[in-house]
Amino acid sequence: MRAPLSLLPLALENVVFAVGSRRIIDGVSVRIDAGPRTVILGPNGAGKSVLLRICHGLLAPTAGTVAWNAPEIAGGPRRQAMVFQRPVLLRRSALGNVTYALKLADVPVGQREERAMEALRKVGLDGLGRHSARVLSGGEQQRLALARVWALRPEVLFLDEPTASLDPGAAHEIEQVIAALHAAGTKIVLVTHNLGQAHRLGDEVLFLHQGRLLERTPADRFFKHPTSSEAAKFLEGELPW
Amino acid sequence: MGLVVAADPKLVGIVLLSLRISVTAVVIGCAIGLPVGAAIAVNEFRGRRALIVILNGLMGLPSVVVGLVVYLLLSRAGPLGSWGILFTPTAMVIAQTILITPTLAALSRQVVGDAWQEYREQLRSLGETRLGAAPTLLWDLRFSLVTIVLAGFGRAASEVGAVMIVGGNIDGVTRVMTTAIALETSKGDLPLALGLGFILLFIVLALNAGASVVKETAQRRYG
Repeated sequence: MRAPLSLLPLALENVVFAVGSRRIIDGVSVRIDAGPRTVILGPNGAGKSVLLRICHGLLAPTAGTVAWNAPEIAGGPRRQAMVFQRPVLLRRSALGNVTYALKLADVPVGQREERAMEALRKVGLDGLGRHSARVLSGGEQQRLALARVWALRPEVLFLDEPTASLDPGAAHEIEQVIAALHAAGTKIVLVTHNLGQAHRLGDEVLFLHQGRLLERTPADRFFKHPTSSEAAKFLEGELPW
Repeated sequence: MGLVVAADPKLVGIVLLSLRISVTAVVIGCAIGLPVGAAIAVNEFRGRRALIVILNGLMGLPSVVVGLVVYLLLSRAGPLGSWGILFTPTAMVIAQTILITPTLAALSRQVVGDAWQEYREQLRSLGETRLGAAPTLLWDLRFSLVTIVLAGFGRAASEVGAVMIVGGNIDGVTRVMTTAIALETSKGDLPLALGLGFILLFIVLALNAGASVVKETAQRRYG
Protein backbone atom coordinates (compact mmCIF):
# COMPACT_ATOMS: atom_id res chain seq x y z
CA MET A 1 0.00 0.00 0.00
CA ARG A 2 1.25 3.43 -0.91
CA ALA A 3 1.55 5.93 1.90
CA PRO A 4 -1.03 8.72 1.46
CA LEU A 5 0.32 11.98 0.12
CA SER A 6 1.32 14.48 2.76
CA LEU A 7 -1.24 17.12 3.75
CA LEU A 8 1.48 19.74 3.68
CA PRO A 9 2.38 22.17 2.34
CA LEU A 10 -0.67 24.31 3.01
CA ALA A 11 -1.02 27.23 0.64
CA LEU A 12 -3.08 30.30 1.46
CA GLU A 13 -3.68 32.61 -1.46
CA ASN A 14 -5.01 36.15 -0.87
CA VAL A 15 -7.20 34.96 1.98
CA VAL A 16 -9.73 37.49 3.24
CA PHE A 17 -12.13 37.06 6.13
CA ALA A 18 -14.59 39.88 6.56
CA VAL A 19 -17.41 40.46 9.00
CA GLY A 20 -19.57 43.13 7.47
CA SER A 21 -17.20 45.75 6.13
CA ARG A 22 -14.47 44.92 8.62
CA ARG A 23 -11.64 42.80 7.26
CA ILE A 24 -10.33 40.64 10.07
CA ILE A 25 -7.97 38.84 7.71
CA ASP A 26 -6.89 41.10 4.89
CA GLY A 27 -5.25 39.37 1.96
CA VAL A 28 -2.93 36.82 3.54
CA SER A 29 -0.82 34.65 1.23
CA VAL A 30 1.52 32.16 2.85
CA ARG A 31 2.83 28.65 2.38
CA ILE A 32 3.12 26.51 5.49
CA ASP A 33 5.63 23.72 5.01
CA ALA A 34 6.21 20.50 6.85
CA GLY A 35 8.98 20.55 9.44
CA PRO A 36 9.66 23.77 11.32
CA ARG A 37 7.41 24.77 14.18
CA THR A 38 5.46 27.81 13.03
CA VAL A 39 4.45 30.42 15.57
CA ILE A 40 1.87 33.04 14.66
CA LEU A 41 2.53 36.19 16.67
CA GLY A 42 0.75 39.47 16.83
CA PRO A 43 -1.09 41.87 19.12
CA ASN A 44 -4.66 41.26 20.27
CA GLY A 45 -7.12 41.63 17.43
CA ALA A 46 -4.52 40.93 14.75
CA GLY A 47 -6.62 38.03 13.47
CA LYS A 48 -4.38 35.20 14.70
CA SER A 49 -7.12 32.90 15.95
CA VAL A 50 -9.27 33.56 12.89
CA LEU A 51 -6.37 32.70 10.60
CA LEU A 52 -5.81 29.46 12.49
CA ARG A 53 -9.49 28.54 12.18
CA ILE A 54 -9.43 29.24 8.46
CA CYS A 55 -6.40 26.96 8.08
CA HIS A 56 -8.12 24.22 10.08
CA GLY A 57 -11.34 24.55 8.11
CA LEU A 58 -13.54 25.80 10.94
CA LEU A 59 -14.13 29.09 9.14
CA ALA A 60 -14.50 29.55 5.41
CA PRO A 61 -12.62 32.53 3.96
CA THR A 62 -14.70 35.34 2.45
CA ALA A 63 -12.28 35.43 -0.48
CA GLY A 64 -9.10 33.66 -1.52
CA THR A 65 -8.16 30.00 -1.41
CA VAL A 66 -6.87 27.57 1.19
CA ALA A 67 -5.28 24.56 -0.46
CA TRP A 68 -3.66 21.52 1.09
CA ASN A 69 -1.19 19.45 -0.90
CA ALA A 70 -3.46 16.43 -0.51
CA PRO A 71 -6.81 17.48 0.93
CA GLU A 72 -8.56 15.32 3.50
CA ILE A 73 -11.37 13.14 2.21
CA ALA A 74 -14.74 14.65 3.14
CA GLY A 75 -16.38 12.48 5.78
CA GLY A 76 -13.16 10.52 6.33
CA PRO A 77 -10.99 10.65 9.43
CA ARG A 78 -9.22 13.95 9.98
CA ARG A 79 -5.46 14.15 9.57
CA GLN A 80 -5.13 17.49 11.35
CA ALA A 81 -6.19 18.52 14.83
CA MET A 82 -6.62 21.64 16.90
CA VAL A 83 -6.16 22.48 20.56
CA PHE A 84 -8.20 25.43 21.81
CA GLN A 85 -7.48 27.94 24.53
CA ARG A 86 -10.16 26.34 26.66
CA PRO A 87 -10.46 22.62 26.03
CA VAL A 88 -13.95 21.31 25.40
CA LEU A 89 -14.26 17.98 27.16
CA LEU A 90 -17.25 15.68 27.25
CA ARG A 91 -18.92 14.49 30.46
CA ARG A 92 -17.15 11.16 30.37
CA SER A 93 -13.99 9.75 31.87
CA ALA A 94 -10.64 11.11 30.68
CA LEU A 95 -10.14 7.82 28.85
CA GLY A 96 -13.64 8.08 27.34
CA ASN A 97 -12.80 11.48 25.88
CA VAL A 98 -9.81 10.03 24.05
CA THR A 99 -11.59 6.90 22.82
CA TYR A 100 -14.43 9.10 21.54
CA ALA A 101 -11.96 10.96 19.32
CA LEU A 102 -10.52 7.63 18.15
CA LYS A 103 -14.00 6.45 17.26
CA LEU A 104 -14.46 9.53 15.08
CA ALA A 105 -11.10 8.76 13.48
CA ASP A 106 -12.40 5.31 12.45
CA VAL A 107 -9.94 3.46 14.70
CA PRO A 108 -11.20 -0.13 15.24
CA VAL A 109 -12.89 -0.70 18.62
CA GLY A 110 -10.25 -3.21 19.75
CA GLN A 111 -7.40 -0.72 19.44
CA ARG A 112 -9.03 2.35 20.95
CA GLU A 113 -8.48 1.74 24.64
CA GLU A 114 -4.85 0.71 24.26
CA ARG A 115 -4.05 3.71 22.10
CA ALA A 116 -5.89 6.03 24.47
CA MET A 117 -4.02 4.70 27.50
CA GLU A 118 -0.71 5.15 25.69
CA ALA A 119 -1.63 8.76 24.90
CA LEU A 120 -2.63 9.42 28.52
CA ARG A 121 0.75 8.04 29.62
CA LYS A 122 2.51 10.41 27.22
CA VAL A 123 0.94 13.43 28.91
CA GLY A 124 1.27 12.01 32.41
CA LEU A 125 -2.43 11.41 33.00
CA ASP A 126 -2.40 7.61 33.05
CA GLY A 127 -3.39 7.58 36.72
CA LEU A 128 -6.50 9.67 36.00
CA GLY A 129 -7.94 7.71 33.08
CA ARG A 130 -11.08 6.70 34.97
CA HIS A 131 -11.66 10.16 36.43
CA SER A 132 -14.33 12.42 35.00
CA ALA A 133 -12.74 14.78 32.51
CA ARG A 134 -14.72 17.81 33.63
CA VAL A 135 -13.53 17.73 37.22
CA LEU A 136 -9.82 17.73 36.31
CA SER A 137 -7.80 20.90 36.92
CA GLY A 138 -7.28 23.40 34.11
CA GLY A 139 -3.78 22.14 33.36
CA GLU A 140 -4.90 18.51 33.44
CA GLN A 141 -7.80 19.30 31.12
CA GLN A 142 -5.45 20.88 28.59
CA ARG A 143 -3.09 17.92 28.87
CA LEU A 144 -6.08 15.65 28.26
CA ALA A 145 -6.88 17.67 25.13
CA LEU A 146 -3.29 17.05 24.03
CA ALA A 147 -3.58 13.34 24.85
CA ARG A 148 -6.63 13.28 22.58
CA VAL A 149 -4.47 14.81 19.87
CA TRP A 150 -1.60 12.44 20.59
CA ALA A 151 -3.83 9.40 20.17
CA LEU A 152 -4.97 10.71 16.78
CA ARG A 153 -1.38 11.16 15.54
CA PRO A 154 -2.29 14.06 13.25
CA GLU A 155 0.06 15.32 10.57
CA VAL A 156 -0.67 18.91 11.53
CA LEU A 157 -1.61 20.34 14.90
CA PHE A 158 -2.99 23.85 15.31
CA LEU A 159 -2.84 25.34 18.80
CA ASP A 160 -4.72 28.50 19.74
CA GLU A 161 -3.06 30.00 22.83
CA PRO A 162 -3.08 26.65 24.60
CA THR A 163 -1.54 27.94 27.82
CA ALA A 164 -3.19 31.36 28.06
CA SER A 165 -5.37 30.43 31.02
CA LEU A 166 -2.83 28.27 32.85
CA ASP A 167 -0.27 28.95 35.57
CA PRO A 168 3.45 28.77 34.63
CA GLY A 169 3.90 25.23 35.94
CA ALA A 170 0.97 23.85 33.96
CA ALA A 171 2.04 25.88 30.93
CA HIS A 172 5.50 24.34 31.11
CA GLU A 173 4.02 20.84 31.09
CA ILE A 174 1.92 21.70 28.05
CA GLU A 175 4.98 23.05 26.24
CA GLN A 176 6.82 19.80 26.90
CA VAL A 177 4.00 17.79 25.37
CA ILE A 178 3.95 20.09 22.34
CA ALA A 179 7.70 19.63 21.93
CA ALA A 180 7.28 15.86 22.15
CA LEU A 181 4.52 15.92 19.53
CA HIS A 182 6.84 17.86 17.24
CA ALA A 183 9.62 15.37 17.86
CA ALA A 184 7.22 12.57 16.94
CA GLY A 185 6.69 14.15 13.52
CA THR A 186 3.62 16.37 13.91
CA LYS A 187 3.77 19.79 12.28
CA ILE A 188 3.10 22.45 14.93
CA VAL A 189 1.30 25.72 14.14
CA LEU A 190 0.96 27.72 17.32
CA VAL A 191 -0.81 31.00 18.00
CA THR A 192 0.45 32.79 21.07
CA HIS A 193 1.05 36.25 22.39
CA ASN A 194 3.47 34.98 24.96
CA LEU A 195 6.90 35.87 23.59
CA GLY A 196 8.74 33.54 25.93
CA GLN A 197 6.69 30.66 24.62
CA ALA A 198 7.20 31.77 21.02
CA HIS A 199 10.92 31.82 21.74
CA ARG A 200 10.93 28.34 23.26
CA LEU A 201 8.62 26.64 20.79
CA GLY A 202 9.06 28.52 17.52
CA ASP A 203 11.34 27.79 14.61
CA GLU A 204 9.77 30.42 12.39
CA VAL A 205 7.51 33.35 13.14
CA LEU A 206 4.59 34.66 11.14
CA PHE A 207 3.86 38.19 12.35
CA LEU A 208 0.30 39.30 11.89
CA HIS A 209 -0.86 42.88 12.34
CA GLN A 210 -4.39 44.15 11.66
CA GLY A 211 -5.19 41.15 9.52
CA ARG A 212 -2.10 41.44 7.35
CA LEU A 213 0.91 39.16 7.34
CA LEU A 214 3.79 41.59 7.79
CA GLU A 215 6.65 39.18 7.99
CA ARG A 216 7.78 35.62 8.03
CA THR A 217 11.18 35.20 9.64
CA PRO A 218 13.18 32.43 11.32
CA ALA A 219 12.54 32.75 15.05
CA ASP A 220 16.09 33.61 16.18
CA ARG A 221 16.30 36.41 13.63
CA PHE A 222 12.79 37.72 14.37
CA PHE A 223 13.50 38.33 18.02
CA LYS A 224 16.78 40.15 17.31
CA HIS A 225 16.13 41.91 14.03
CA PRO A 226 12.49 42.04 13.02
CA THR A 227 12.14 43.49 9.53
CA SER A 228 8.86 45.38 9.99
CA SER A 229 8.57 48.40 12.25
CA GLU A 230 5.27 47.07 13.64
CA ALA A 231 6.99 43.88 14.77
CA ALA A 232 9.79 45.90 16.34
CA LYS A 233 7.25 47.97 18.25
CA PHE A 234 5.39 44.82 19.28
CA LEU A 235 8.58 43.25 20.60
CA GLU A 236 9.51 46.40 22.46
CA GLY A 237 6.13 46.66 24.14
CA GLU A 238 5.77 43.00 24.93
CA LEU A 239 9.23 41.83 25.85
CA PRO A 240 8.97 40.36 29.30
CA TRP A 241 12.68 40.63 30.03
CA MET B 1 -57.57 9.91 53.99
CA GLY B 2 -58.66 6.53 55.28
CA LEU B 3 -58.67 5.24 51.73
CA VAL B 4 -55.10 6.30 51.21
CA VAL B 5 -53.88 4.60 54.33
CA ALA B 6 -55.90 1.43 53.73
CA ALA B 7 -54.54 1.19 50.19
CA ASP B 8 -57.94 0.51 48.74
CA PRO B 9 -57.38 -1.91 45.78
CA LYS B 10 -59.57 0.17 43.49
CA LEU B 11 -57.56 3.24 44.32
CA VAL B 12 -54.28 1.40 43.83
CA GLY B 13 -55.55 0.27 40.43
CA ILE B 14 -56.27 3.88 39.44
CA VAL B 15 -52.84 5.04 40.58
CA LEU B 16 -51.04 2.22 38.77
CA LEU B 17 -52.97 2.81 35.56
CA SER B 18 -52.14 6.53 35.70
CA LEU B 19 -48.45 5.76 36.12
CA ARG B 20 -48.47 3.13 33.40
CA ILE B 21 -50.07 5.48 30.87
CA SER B 22 -47.97 8.54 31.69
CA VAL B 23 -44.69 6.65 31.90
CA THR B 24 -45.38 4.97 28.55
CA ALA B 25 -46.23 8.34 27.00
CA VAL B 26 -43.02 9.86 28.40
CA VAL B 27 -40.88 6.99 27.08
CA ILE B 28 -42.38 7.28 23.58
CA GLY B 29 -42.30 11.08 23.77
CA CYS B 30 -38.58 11.04 24.69
CA ALA B 31 -37.75 8.55 21.94
CA ILE B 32 -39.23 11.01 19.44
CA GLY B 33 -38.87 14.43 21.06
CA LEU B 34 -35.26 14.36 22.27
CA PRO B 35 -33.66 13.29 18.95
CA VAL B 36 -35.88 15.73 17.05
CA GLY B 37 -34.96 18.56 19.41
CA ALA B 38 -31.25 17.74 19.18
CA ALA B 39 -31.40 17.44 15.39
CA ILE B 40 -33.02 20.87 15.09
CA ALA B 41 -30.43 22.31 17.48
CA VAL B 42 -27.36 21.21 15.50
CA ASN B 43 -28.63 21.52 11.94
CA GLU B 44 -29.17 24.54 9.75
CA PHE B 45 -31.93 24.33 7.20
CA ARG B 46 -34.60 26.47 5.60
CA GLY B 47 -37.58 27.02 7.84
CA ARG B 48 -35.65 26.19 11.00
CA ARG B 49 -36.72 29.38 12.72
CA ALA B 50 -40.39 28.82 11.84
CA LEU B 51 -40.16 25.24 13.08
CA ILE B 52 -38.76 26.41 16.41
CA VAL B 53 -41.55 28.98 16.79
CA ILE B 54 -44.17 26.32 16.02
CA LEU B 55 -42.55 23.85 18.42
CA ASN B 56 -42.43 26.42 21.20
CA GLY B 57 -46.05 27.29 20.51
CA LEU B 58 -47.06 23.64 20.68
CA MET B 59 -45.78 23.52 24.25
CA GLY B 60 -48.96 25.34 25.18
CA LEU B 61 -51.19 22.92 23.28
CA PRO B 62 -54.54 22.73 25.12
CA SER B 63 -55.06 19.16 26.21
CA VAL B 64 -58.77 19.14 25.34
CA VAL B 65 -57.92 20.04 21.75
CA VAL B 66 -55.49 17.12 21.58
CA GLY B 67 -58.18 14.93 23.11
CA LEU B 68 -60.71 16.08 20.53
CA VAL B 69 -58.37 15.48 17.57
CA VAL B 70 -57.36 12.03 18.81
CA TYR B 71 -61.03 11.28 19.49
CA LEU B 72 -61.96 12.21 15.91
CA LEU B 73 -59.11 10.11 14.51
CA LEU B 74 -59.94 7.04 16.58
CA SER B 75 -63.74 7.19 16.61
CA ARG B 76 -65.59 4.52 14.64
CA ALA B 77 -66.17 6.86 11.69
CA GLY B 78 -62.63 8.31 11.89
CA PRO B 79 -59.67 7.36 9.70
CA LEU B 80 -58.18 5.12 12.39
CA GLY B 81 -61.55 3.84 13.64
CA SER B 82 -60.78 0.32 12.49
CA TRP B 83 -58.11 0.04 15.17
CA GLY B 84 -60.91 -0.03 17.71
CA ILE B 85 -58.82 1.54 20.45
CA LEU B 86 -60.99 4.48 21.46
CA PHE B 87 -61.77 4.37 25.19
CA THR B 88 -58.75 2.18 25.91
CA PRO B 89 -55.50 3.02 27.75
CA THR B 90 -53.70 2.89 24.38
CA ALA B 91 -55.74 5.85 23.14
CA MET B 92 -54.82 7.72 26.32
CA VAL B 93 -51.13 6.99 25.76
CA ILE B 94 -51.44 8.34 22.21
CA ALA B 95 -53.12 11.54 23.41
CA GLN B 96 -50.54 12.16 26.16
CA THR B 97 -47.66 11.42 23.80
CA ILE B 98 -48.96 14.00 21.31
CA LEU B 99 -49.37 16.45 24.15
CA ILE B 100 -45.84 16.19 25.58
CA THR B 101 -43.63 15.40 22.57
CA PRO B 102 -43.48 19.05 21.39
CA THR B 103 -42.54 20.12 24.92
CA LEU B 104 -39.74 17.54 25.09
CA ALA B 105 -38.50 18.54 21.62
CA ALA B 106 -38.65 22.29 22.28
CA LEU B 107 -36.89 22.13 25.65
CA SER B 108 -34.20 19.72 24.47
CA ARG B 109 -33.67 21.91 21.40
CA GLN B 110 -32.93 24.78 23.77
CA VAL B 111 -30.53 22.85 26.01
CA VAL B 112 -28.72 21.08 23.16
CA GLY B 113 -28.53 24.32 21.16
CA ASP B 114 -26.79 26.14 24.00
CA ALA B 115 -24.27 23.31 24.41
CA TRP B 116 -23.72 23.13 20.65
CA GLN B 117 -22.45 26.72 20.70
CA GLU B 118 -19.80 25.63 23.17
CA TYR B 119 -18.91 22.28 21.57
CA ARG B 120 -19.25 23.03 17.88
CA GLU B 121 -15.68 23.94 17.01
CA GLN B 122 -14.16 21.12 19.03
CA LEU B 123 -16.50 18.47 17.65
CA ARG B 124 -16.08 19.68 14.08
CA SER B 125 -12.32 19.75 14.61
CA LEU B 126 -12.45 16.09 15.63
CA GLY B 127 -14.43 15.28 12.50
CA GLU B 128 -17.86 14.81 14.08
CA THR B 129 -20.77 15.16 11.67
CA ARG B 130 -23.96 17.02 12.54
CA LEU B 131 -25.79 13.71 12.46
CA GLY B 132 -23.37 12.23 14.98
CA ALA B 133 -23.24 15.36 17.11
CA ALA B 134 -26.90 15.07 18.13
CA PRO B 135 -26.61 11.77 20.06
CA THR B 136 -23.20 12.81 21.45
CA LEU B 137 -24.71 16.00 22.86
CA LEU B 138 -27.82 14.25 24.19
CA TRP B 139 -25.61 11.82 26.08
CA ASP B 140 -23.35 14.59 27.33
CA LEU B 141 -26.34 16.57 28.61
CA ARG B 142 -28.09 13.57 30.12
CA PHE B 143 -28.29 15.12 33.59
CA SER B 144 -29.82 18.35 32.33
CA LEU B 145 -32.30 16.38 30.26
CA VAL B 146 -33.63 14.68 33.39
CA THR B 147 -35.38 17.94 34.29
CA ILE B 148 -36.94 18.12 30.83
CA VAL B 149 -38.18 14.55 31.00
CA LEU B 150 -39.71 15.31 34.38
CA ALA B 151 -41.47 18.35 32.99
CA GLY B 152 -42.93 16.07 30.33
CA PHE B 153 -44.03 13.55 32.93
CA GLY B 154 -45.56 16.26 35.06
CA ARG B 155 -47.60 17.54 32.16
CA ALA B 156 -48.71 14.03 31.16
CA ALA B 157 -49.65 12.91 34.65
CA SER B 158 -51.53 16.06 35.60
CA GLU B 159 -53.53 16.62 32.44
CA VAL B 160 -57.19 15.72 32.51
CA GLY B 161 -58.92 16.97 29.35
CA ALA B 162 -57.40 14.66 26.75
CA VAL B 163 -57.57 11.43 28.74
CA MET B 164 -61.14 12.21 29.75
CA ILE B 165 -62.20 12.56 26.10
CA VAL B 166 -60.31 9.62 24.57
CA GLY B 167 -60.39 7.37 27.64
CA GLY B 168 -63.91 8.01 28.72
CA ASN B 169 -63.15 7.61 32.44
CA ILE B 170 -64.52 4.05 32.49
CA ASP B 171 -64.37 2.55 35.96
CA GLY B 172 -61.61 -0.07 36.19
CA VAL B 173 -60.55 0.38 32.55
CA THR B 174 -59.59 3.95 31.76
CA ARG B 175 -60.08 5.78 35.03
CA VAL B 176 -56.91 7.56 36.04
CA MET B 177 -56.15 9.87 38.95
CA THR B 178 -57.03 13.12 37.26
CA THR B 179 -60.30 11.92 35.75
CA ALA B 180 -61.23 10.24 39.03
CA ILE B 181 -60.58 13.49 40.91
CA ALA B 182 -62.75 15.41 38.45
CA LEU B 183 -65.54 12.85 38.75
CA GLU B 184 -65.46 12.51 42.54
CA THR B 185 -65.42 16.27 42.96
CA SER B 186 -68.47 16.68 40.77
CA LYS B 187 -70.20 13.85 42.67
CA GLY B 188 -69.38 15.60 45.92
CA ASP B 189 -67.08 12.87 47.29
CA LEU B 190 -64.51 15.38 48.34
CA PRO B 191 -62.48 13.12 50.69
CA LEU B 192 -61.77 10.64 47.87
CA ALA B 193 -60.96 13.47 45.46
CA LEU B 194 -58.62 15.02 48.01
CA GLY B 195 -56.97 11.67 48.76
CA LEU B 196 -56.25 11.14 45.08
CA GLY B 197 -55.03 14.70 44.78
CA PHE B 198 -52.54 14.13 47.59
CA ILE B 199 -51.25 10.96 45.96
CA LEU B 200 -50.77 12.74 42.63
CA LEU B 201 -48.97 15.58 44.34
CA PHE B 202 -46.83 13.14 46.29
CA ILE B 203 -45.77 11.19 43.19
CA VAL B 204 -44.79 14.33 41.29
CA LEU B 205 -42.89 15.75 44.28
CA ALA B 206 -41.11 12.46 44.99
CA LEU B 207 -40.04 12.14 41.36
CA ASN B 208 -38.69 15.68 41.32
CA ALA B 209 -36.83 15.18 44.57
CA GLY B 210 -35.33 11.94 43.30
CA ALA B 211 -34.30 13.58 40.04
CA SER B 212 -32.62 16.52 41.71
CA VAL B 213 -30.62 14.16 43.92
CA VAL B 214 -29.52 12.22 40.83
CA LYS B 215 -28.66 15.45 39.04
CA GLU B 216 -26.63 16.93 41.87
CA THR B 217 -24.71 13.73 42.54
CA ALA B 218 -23.95 13.37 38.86
CA GLN B 219 -22.85 16.96 38.51
CA ARG B 220 -20.45 16.60 41.40
CA ARG B 221 -19.07 13.46 39.81
CA TYR B 222 -18.99 14.46 36.16
CA GLY B 223 -18.79 18.25 36.37
